[in-house]
Amino acid sequence: MSFTNHRKMQLYGALLLLPAALLLTTFAYLPTVTTVINSLFLPGFRGAPTEFVGLENYQVLFDDPTFWQVARNNLLYALGTIPTSIALALGMALFVNGKLPGRGFVRMAYFTPTILPMIAAANIWMFFYAPQIGLFNSLLGALGIPGVNWLGDPSVALSSVIVMSVWKEAGFFMIFYLAALQSIPPELKEASDLEDTSRWSFFWRVTFPLLMPTTLFVLINSLINSVRVVDHLFILTKGGPNNATNLLLYYVYENAFSFFDRTTAATITVVILVVLAVVATLKFTILDRRTHYQ
Amino acid sequence: MNTTTSSNAKNSKTYAPRPRYVSVPSLETVAAWLLAVIWVFPLLYAFWAAFHPSEFMVNFSIFAPLTLENFTDAWSQAPFARYYLNTFALVTGVVIGQFIVCTLAAFAFARFPIPGKNVLFMLVLIQLFVFPEVLIVENYRIASELGLINTITGIGLPYVASALGIFLLRQTFKTIPRELEDAARIEGCNWLEILWKVYVPLAKPTYLAYGLVSISHHWNNFIWPLVVTNSVESRPLTVGLGVFSAPETGVNWATVSAATLLSIAPLLIAFLLFQRQFVQSFLRAGIR
Repeated sequence: MSFTNHRKMQLYGALLLLPAALLLTTFAYLPTVTTVINSLFLPGFRGAPTEFVGLENYQVLFDDPTFWQVARNNLLYALGTIPTSIALALGMALFVNGKLPGRGFVRMAYFTPTILPMIAAANIWMFFYAPQIGLFNSLLGALGIPGVNWLGDPSVALSSVIVMSVWKEAGFFMIFYLAALQSIPPELKEASDLEDTSRWSFFWRVTFPLLMPTTLFVLINSLINSVRVVDHLFILTKGGPNNATNLLLYYVYENAFSFFDRTTAATITVVILVVLAVVATLKFTILDRRTHYQ
Repeated sequence: MNTTTSSNAKNSKTYAPRPRYVSVPSLETVAAWLLAVIWVFPLLYAFWAAFHPSEFMVNFSIFAPLTLENFTDAWSQAPFARYYLNTFALVTGVVIGQFIVCTLAAFAFARFPIPGKNVLFMLVLIQLFVFPEVLIVENYRIASELGLINTITGIGLPYVASALGIFLLRQTFKTIPRELEDAARIEGCNWLEILWKVYVPLAKPTYLAYGLVSISHHWNNFIWPLVVTNSVESRPLTVGLGVFSAPETGVNWATVSAATLLSIAPLLIAFLLFQRQFVQSFLRAGIR
C-alpha cells in the first residue's frame, strides 16, 4: 500500500467516524465535562459571572443529611435487588434447563416482565401496593390481618420498591444463565454420576464455578441498572415518603427539574459518574480478562 | 459483550434435549411452576382489571362480566393514538439513525487505519456506562440550545451514536473475510459499495439482534423522554402513560390497567410471537 493510499484510507476512516464522533461529543463527552465544571462553580445569577468555588459544592452536598439518606437508599436498593435477582435468575435457569413439563410456558413467564416498560410494571404493582383497595391489603384483610402501608410506611416502602425491581429484572438475567448452562459439556455430569456425586455438590463444585463469568457479567449489569433505572419511582413513590425511597438519579431529577438547583444536580451527577467509573473499571479489569477484542 | 455470552447465544439456539440421569423430583417442578405463576400473576392481574368493571378489581368471581369499556375510557381520556404515533416515529427514527451512524463507525473501526484507534474505541465504550439519561441535566441544556426540546428528534438523537451498536457491528465486521472485500474491489466497487454490498448483508443477524434490543429499549424508555417533552405532540407512550396514570390524577384503576395494556400491547404481542428471536437478541446484545 502506497503512502498516499494509506493517507487516503486514514481520511476515509476519519470521515466514517465523524457522525458518531459528533453525536458522542454532543451528548456524552461534552455534558460529562460541563457537569464536572458546573459542580465546581456557584450558580450564576442572570448573566452574572459564576464564581469558582472548588470543592465547596461537594462540601455542602456531603453536609446534607438528605444526600446521605438517598445514597444509603441506593446502596440498600442495590444490596436488596442484586443478590436476590441473581439467585432467582440462576434458580430459574436451572429449572427451565432441566426436564420440566410446560418448560416453554415457564420460561416465557419468567422472561416476560423484562420486555415491559418500567412504568407499566410500576402501574401494575401499584394495584398490589395501594393502601385501602390494593390487592395485597385486600388479601390480608380477608385473612383478618391488618393491612400494611406498602409504599407509605418509610420502613417498608424501599423493600416494596425492591421487590418490584427483582420481579422486573430476574428473568432478564436468567437467559444469560440458561445460555451458559447449555454450554456446559454433558460429559461433566456423566463423570460426576460415575463418581456418585450428589446434585448439590455437583452444583457447587462444577456448575457454579463454570458460571462465574456469567455471574460477573450479570453483576456488572445489575450494578449499572441500580443507579440508572429510576422510572418506577415516578409512579410508585416519587422518592417518598420523606425520601425513604429516593435514589441518586431521581434526586438529580428532583434537584434539577423541581427545585431548579442545577449545581446540586451536577454535583450528585458527578457522584453517580464516579460509581459508574468504578463499575466500568471492574468490568474492564476483571471481566474482560477473559475477553479478547481482537 | 463478552465472548462467552456470544458463543453461548449460538448454543442455546438449539434447546437440545439433554440426557437424563435422575428423574427430576416433582418438588422441583412444583417450585418452578409456583415461581412461574407468581411471575405472570401481575400481568394476568392487569388483564383481569382491564377487562372487568372496576368493582371487580379485588373480587375474583368467574361470573364477573367482561367489558371493553375501560379501554374506550382510556382511549377517550388521553390521546393514546397520538402517543402511539410518536412512539412509532421515535423508535423508527432511532433505529434507522443508529443503523447508519453505527455502521459507518463500526466499519471505520474494523477496517481503516485510524491513528489512535484503540484509544478512540475505548472512548466510545465509555458510553456503555455513561448513558444520556445519567447526564440528564446537561443534555437537557444542550437539547434546548439545539432547539430540540419537545421534539421527537430531541428524544432520539442522544441515543443515535450507540456504543453498543458500534461494538456489536465492529465485532461482526471483523469476522468477515478480507477476500470477499478484495473480490468486490476487483469488480470495481468503491468503499461505500463494499460496505453496502459485502459487509451489511453479511451482518444481517447482528442488525436483527441489535434492532430488536433497540426497539424494546426505546419503546420502554422513560426518564429522558419525560424531561425533554412537555406536550402531547411529542410524548411517547411511556410518558403519556406516566402522566395519565400518576396516582394523584385520581384516574380509575380499571382505566389505568386498560391504558397500561394499550401501551405494552404491540411489544408484548411481538414478543409472544417472536419469543426466540427476542431472547436471542437480548443474549447477543448482552445489555439493553
